[in-house]
Amino acid sequence: MPANAFNGQTDYGIGIGLRVPHYRHILEKKPVVDWFEIISENFMVGGGRPLEVLDQILEQYRVVQHGVSMYFGSADKPDRVHLKKLKALVKRTNTPWLSDHLCWGSVDGTYTHDLLPMPYTFAAAKRTAAKIKMVRDYLEVPICVENVSSYAEFHASEMTEWEFLSEVVELADCGILLDVNNIYVSSKNHAFDPYDYVNGVPHHRVGQMHIAGHTKFEKYILDTHDHPVLDPVWKLYDHATKLCGVTATLLEWDDRIPSFNEVHDEALKANEFIDGAKAAKTASAATRGRGGELRPSSHSGNAANPVVK
Amino acid sequence: MKPSIAEAARADTPRNLLAFQRTLKDALIRPLAPGSRIQAKWINGQPMAKFAATFIKSNERLTALERLQIYNRMYWFRLIDCFHDDNPGLRAVLGVRRFNRLAEAYLTKYPSSSFTLRNLCARLEGFLRAEPRWTTPDTRLALDVARFEWAQTVAFDEPGRAVLTPAEIGAVAPSRLRVGLQPYITLLKLDHPVDEYVIAVKTRDALRNQASNATTAARRGERESKVPRPARERIYLAVHRLDQRLYYKRMDVRAFKILVALKDGHPLARAVTAAGRAVQPDELREWFATWMHLGWFCRFEK
Repeated sequence: MPANAFNGQTDYGIGIGLRVPHYRHILEKKPVVDWFEIISENFMVGGGRPLEVLDQILEQYRVVQHGVSMYFGSADKPDRVHLKKLKALVKRTNTPWLSDHLCWGSVDGTYTHDLLPMPYTFAAAKRTAAKIKMVRDYLEVPICVENVSSYAEFHASEMTEWEFLSEVVELADCGILLDVNNIYVSSKNHAFDPYDYVNGVPHHRVGQMHIAGHTKFEKYILDTHDHPVLDPVWKLYDHATKLCGVTATLLEWDDRIPSFNEVHDEALKANEFIDGAKAAKTASAATRGRGGELRPSSHSGNAANPVVK
Repeated sequence: MKPSIAEAARADTPRNLLAFQRTLKDALIRPLAPGSRIQAKWINGQPMAKFAATFIKSNERLTALERLQIYNRMYWFRLIDCFHDDNPGLRAVLGVRRFNRLAEAYLTKYPSSSFTLRNLCARLEGFLRAEPRWTTPDTRLALDVARFEWAQTVAFDEPGRAVLTPAEIGAVAPSRLRVGLQPYITLLKLDHPVDEYVIAVKTRDALRNQASNATTAARRGERESKVPRPARERIYLAVHRLDQRLYYKRMDVRAFKILVALKDGHPLARAVTAAGRAVQPDELREWFATWMHLGWFCRFEK
């Protein structure tokens, strides 16, 4: 699903996150990059250097906004000041879609600045979907929600995480930012099969993907974004790309950030899998052309059957 | 009626979901015990392990308490890291251990109430004034440094308004003309030359960072070389930006008083009298020419 309603009918390729240590390199060398993802909150300011840099980037590159504090899953209403600032930024960047996380993190005006996992209940799904719709209607831009990595599971949950994600995006009629690294991290922390997750989400709603590195500790894996992408994550990405089609992909590298070229080269490794997915698509089209039947992959799961109450 | 802990843990209605999030938020932002461990008891005195198990599943590798502790630690590590990054000078004044105690006290009293960590230290000056026990006997210096460091945050990304032109200023009689200062400018009357001090601290930290991972070591409470503290000396400072770069401009007390009066909304003619009689016309012209050149004046807004 390269272009769909959830990514503004765009056909973006491989992007990287815009980070401060790379500003000078990007502005001076003007490297060829398909698109940059910005953290919205870093630019929701009144003025100064952040907006100056952003405007210079916008002159040269395509930019997509990614947020970390909308907290679609928080039970309280969105903050009006936050929304107004976000809308001003959306107008400035002309982002074709906007993403934020399927999580909670604030309550009663106190912010944890963390991406906290949801209790996977129907009540939470309904509330979260209503909030996504409210935000989308206000911002007037398609929204993709990102699955987070997590280190805790709740007794309250009435479904799996991927069923919850499917329920929310169907109710909200929004897109998915599928973070395959987060799926892998959570699968190790909670002992589920990450392929079940990827198979189980509505693929036609995937508007973007994230890849990143993580760190293994003795008893759990932490989503640190401070390493190259590990092999099991690439394999999962390969699988997801075959199911969802070639999708706008973004490498996250947020800590111990190496040179721009090192980050970009790491991101471009995704091309190998994208080429594979394109070849698979061509082959399946040829099969259809000969009257053959297109069969679901062995991992197709319940992708077409999101959770119903 | 407030949902019980058991109801909150179900998160199966909007009311219970809100209670779920309120309760877990309270758990996540509780200060850590020594050794960066989660506290042993919940607010009501019950074992924290029992509280955690009410909400969180354990698995074969981690108990519910250990899983909650991951989030509890991440909250505090993230916020204290941010507090460190925003206040390198204050950390140098207090030393790492006292600074960490201050950070915990401040963040406990004022957890973040903004979607951005940029505003984390917005209430620090007020906190230091209200609770000097965290900085005694260095409260005056600590206050000067904290105000100076917050002023840098303001100068970095507060909006800039349209600059008043000489023609706009000349069009109104000085007795009626009110001009505003750009929102990114902070005027500071300080008892210590903290501008030089903080620059010295940042230079030391930058050199150490280039040489090793000393910043990490410093946050763990290890010894770091000291920058000589500034002796008491009254200075008047404007923290501002030009071409998107931060600057600190030391000022003559008379010039400072004029700017303060303008910022307070006094008409130009009256603001000038705030400087006293000793100001010469040439000085006044030079000051205003500089301020106009720096683009400091904008329309006055209450």
